[in-house]
Amino acid sequence: MQKAIKRVYMSIIFLFLYAPIIVLIVFSFNKSKSRGQWGGFTLDWYIDLFRDRQIREALYFTILIAVLSTLISTIVGTIAALGINNMTKIGRTVVLNMNNLPVLNPDIVTGVALMTLFISIRMELGFLTMLIAHIVFSIPYVILAVLPKLRQLNKHTAEAALDLGATPAYAMRKVIIPEIMPGIVSGALIAFTLSIDDFVISFFTAGTSATNLSILIYSMAKRGVKPTINALSTLMFLTVLILMLIINKKNDKGEDIII
Amino acid sequence: MKKHVLLFLVLTLILTAVVPLAGCGSGVVINVFNWGEYMDESLIDEFEKQTGIKVNYKTYATNEELLAKMEAGGSSFDVVFPSDYAISEMIKRDMLLEIDFSNIPNFKYIDEKLKNPEYDPENKFSVPYFWGTIGILYNTDMVDDPVDSWDILWNPKYKGQILMKKDVRDSLGAALKKLGYSMNSTNDNELAEAKALLLEQLPLVNGYYGDEIRDFIANGDAAMALTYSGDAMDLYWEGFENISYGVPKEGTNVWYDSMVIPASSKYKKEAEMFINFMLDPDVAFRNSEAMGYTSPNTEAIKRMREEYPEVFELPAYWPDEEIIEKSDVYVDLGEYKAKYNDILTQILVD
Amino acid sequence: MQRRGRGRIAYPYVVWMAIFIVVPLFLILFYSLTEGDIHNIKDLKFSLNSYNRVLEPIYLKVIGNSFLLAGISTLICLIIGYPVAMIIANTDIKYRNLLLMFFLVPIWMNFLLRTYAWMSLLSPNGLVNRFLLWIGLPKLEIMPGKGAVLLGMVYNFLPFMVLPIYTVLSKIDKHVIEASNDLGGNSVTTFMRVILPLSIPGIVSGITMVFLPAVSTFVISGLLGGGKTPLIGDLIEQQFLSSRNWHFGSSLSIILMIMILISMAVMSRIDSSPEEERRKI
Repeated sequence: MQKAIKRVYMSIIFLFLYAPIIVLIVFSFNKSKSRGQWGGFTLDWYIDLFRDRQIREALYFTILIAVLSTLISTIVGTIAALGINNMTKIGRTVVLNMNNLPVLNPDIVTGVALMTLFISIRMELGFLTMLIAHIVFSIPYVILAVLPKLRQLNKHTAEAALDLGATPAYAMRKVIIPEIMPGIVSGALIAFTLSIDDFVISFFTAGTSATNLSILIYSMAKRGVKPTINALSTLMFLTVLILMLIINKKNDKGEDIII
Repeated sequence: MKKHVLLFLVLTLILTAVVPLAGCGSGVVINVFNWGEYMDESLIDEFEKQTGIKVNYKTYATNEELLAKMEAGGSSFDVVFPSDYAISEMIKRDMLLEIDFSNIPNFKYIDEKLKNPEYDPENKFSVPYFWGTIGILYNTDMVDDPVDSWDILWNPKYKGQILMKKDVRDSLGAALKKLGYSMNSTNDNELAEAKALLLEQLPLVNGYYGDEIRDFIANGDAAMALTYSGDAMDLYWEGFENISYGVPKEGTNVWYDSMVIPASSKYKKEAEMFINFMLDPDVAFRNSEAMGYTSPNTEAIKRMREEYPEVFELPAYWPDEEIIEKSDVYVDLGEYKAKYNDILTQILVD
Repeated sequence: MQRRGRGRIAYPYVVWMAIFIVVPLFLILFYSLTEGDIHNIKDLKFSLNSYNRVLEPIYLKVIGNSFLLAGISTLICLIIGYPVAMIIANTDIKYRNLLLMFFLVPIWMNFLLRTYAWMSLLSPNGLVNRFLLWIGLPKLEIMPGKGAVLLGMVYNFLPFMVLPIYTVLSKIDKHVIEASNDLGGNSVTTFMRVILPLSIPGIVSGITMVFLPAVSTFVISGLLGGGKTPLIGDLIEQQFLSSRNWHFGSSLSIILMIMILISMAVMSRIDSSPEEERRKI
C-alpha cells in the first residue's frame, strides 16, 4: 500500500518535471512554426539545424565557454580550496564569506556588477569577458564542493606519505587528490551545468562579438522561437540522457554521483 | 577519473582547433546587430561571398536593449537596426556616424515619401529597412464586431480576452489615440487621462506581454491583442486564415526600422557597403518575401505587387493612406520618458 | 608551520575575488549613491535620491510581492520536495542513482525553453486546458497570474530543494532509525524525533538554494505572470535595459542584496543550533 502511494507520488512528480520537455520534443517535429498548433510531422527543423549559422555559432560559444570555464574553475577552485583549508580561522572566514557572495547574490546583480567593471576598465565585451564572468560564478561552487571533502580527509594519511619519503607533489597527486576526487567531480559538474544554462550573467557580459544559446533564444522571442531551437535542445537533451545512462551503467557500484 | 579529465581536455582542444572562431579570419569583420529573426540570413552569406567582408551577425530583442548596449560601451557595432524614436535619441546624443550617401547608390530605390523622416530630418544618419503599423490582431472566430477602432479594446464583451503590449509607448499610445491625443504627448493631464483609461481597462485585460502575443493569438488563447503589423504578416504567411488585423480609424503609430552606423564603428566604409547591398532591388525583394514585412524599396514593392498582389489588400501590409495621415511616428521623449515608464509600472503593480 | 604556509596557494584566488567580486559590488554601491551621467565621472554627484525612490509605496509593494512569492514557492518546494528526497534516499541503491539522474536531467534543457513550454501548456487555450475540455472538466485559469508564476518557480527550483535534503538523508545512519524503532518509536515519532531533526541542515540549504533564485527571477514572472506581477528582478532588469537608469537599478540591487544577506543570516542561525549535534554523528 505504502509502496503504491510512493509510486503514484513519484509518477506525478516526474510527469510534472517532464511535461514541458515532452512538449518541446514533440514540437521539434511540428510543421507549423507556432507553438500549440500541430501542422503535421516533419524533420525539417533538424535539417535546418545544420544550415543555421546563428544557432551553430551560439552552440559553439556555449560549449566552448562551458568547457573552458569548467576546466579553469575546477583547477583554480581546487587549488584555492586546498589553500583555504590550511588558512587560519579568521582568514578562512573572510575568504569564504567573499567566496559566498556570487552564490548568494542574485545573478542579475552579479551580471550587472561585472558589466560595470568591464566597461569601466574599458575592456571590450565579448568572448573573454563572458568567459571571465562564467569563471567568476563557477569557482565558488567548486570550492564549496571540494572543501567538505578536504575536511573529511585524514590528515595523517598525507603526513604518513611524506614521512615515507614522498615529495609534497607526489603526496598531493597520489594521496590527497584521489581522496577529494568526488568533490572535484561534483564541483566540475555544477560548474558545467551552470555555465550551459546561464542566461542572465552572459546576457550582460557577452557584448556583440560573443553569444550563447540562451541569449539567442531570448532575442528570438520577438518573432517566436524557431522550432530549430527545439530540435537542437532535443538533441542536446538526448545526448545528456545517454551520457548519464552510460556513466550510471559504469558506476553500478552504487557510488553517489551528486550533481 | 583521470580518463574523464583527459577526455575533457581532448574535447576542448578539438573544439578550439576544428571550429574556427567566428570572425578570426584575416579580412575585415563587420558587426551587424539586428532584431531576432529579422533578416533572411542566406543574404549574409551572399554578401560575404560577393565582397569578401565577413559578417558577425548577432541579434537583440528590443530598442531599449540596443540603446543600453550601445550606451554601456564595451562593444563595437557597424550596422544596427533601431526604430524611429531610438534613432532620434541616438542622433541627439551623438551616438551615430553620418552616412556617406555617395557610397550608397541604391538609396535611389527608397520611396521618396520615406526620405527625410521626422526622426532624421535631413536624412543624414539612417536608411529605412522595414516599416509597418501598430494595430489590433484578432481571431475572427472569437470577434464578431468590426475591428476598426481602439474602442474595441475597451469593450466589456471581450473581458479576459484582450492582450496588451508590455511596452509603455504602445499601450499608453493606444489610450492616448483613443482620447484623440498624440502618441507623443508630453502633457501631464493627457497622460493622466490615458492612465485612467488603462486602469479602467485592466479588468478586461488577460495580460501584458512582449513578443509572445503572436503565439497567443495564433493559439486562440485570446481574442485580440495590441501588436505590430509584422505579427499579423507572420501569421498570414503561415496560413492562419482565422487571424486578421485591423488598423484603428482614429490613427495609430507608424514605425520605421532603419539601418544606421553607430559611432563605435571601426569599418564605416564596409558598413556602407552592407547597407547598399541590402538596398539592392533583388536582395530587398527576397528579404521582404522571406520576412513578410513591408519594404521601403520601390523596386522590391513592384516585384511584390507582381508576385503577391493579394497582400496589398491587407491593412497589415499596405495600410490605408488616410489612416497613415492621421498617425504618429514616435519621437524621442527625452526626460519625459521616465514618466511613461512609471505609469506602466504603476498600472501593472495595481 | 608548514600547514600555515600552504594557505598561500589560495592568495591568487583572493586577488581574483577582490577584482571580480568585491570591486564590481563597490561599483554598484557607488552608482547607487550618486546621480548624473554615468559616462562622465566628473558629472556624478552624491545623492540618496534613488534610495528615496525605492521607498515609494509602489516599489515597496513590488519588493514585498517578490519576497512573498519567493517565500510561498520555497514552502511549496519543501512540502513537495521532502517526500521526493525521502523516497529517493530509501530506494534500493541499485536504482537510486538512476532515479536521481532522471530527476536532474530536466535541468539540462534550457531554462528559457522550459518556461516557454509551460506557456504553451498553461495558456488559456493551451494543451492542459484542451485536455481538460476533452475529458469534460472545467478550464484551469491560472495563467496569466500569480498561480502560474508560482508553478514556474516551483518547477525550475524544485531540484535545488530535493538535492541537499537527499544528500543529508542518504547519509543518516540506518542504525539510528533502527534504534528508534527498536525503542518502540512508531514511524511518525521516528520521523519527527529522528529523521527530521537530522535533516535540518539539508532543509536549510534547500531553502536557501530555492529562495535565492526565486526572489530575484525576472523571466518567469514576465512570461507566466502576464506582466501583472512585476517582481524586483523585473524592476532591476528594466532599469539597466530599458529605462537605462543605472543609479536606481543599482539601489534596487543593493537593497535586494541586503535583504538577502539578512535572510541568510537568519537561516544560518537556525542551522547553527543543531550543528553541534550533527558533528557528533
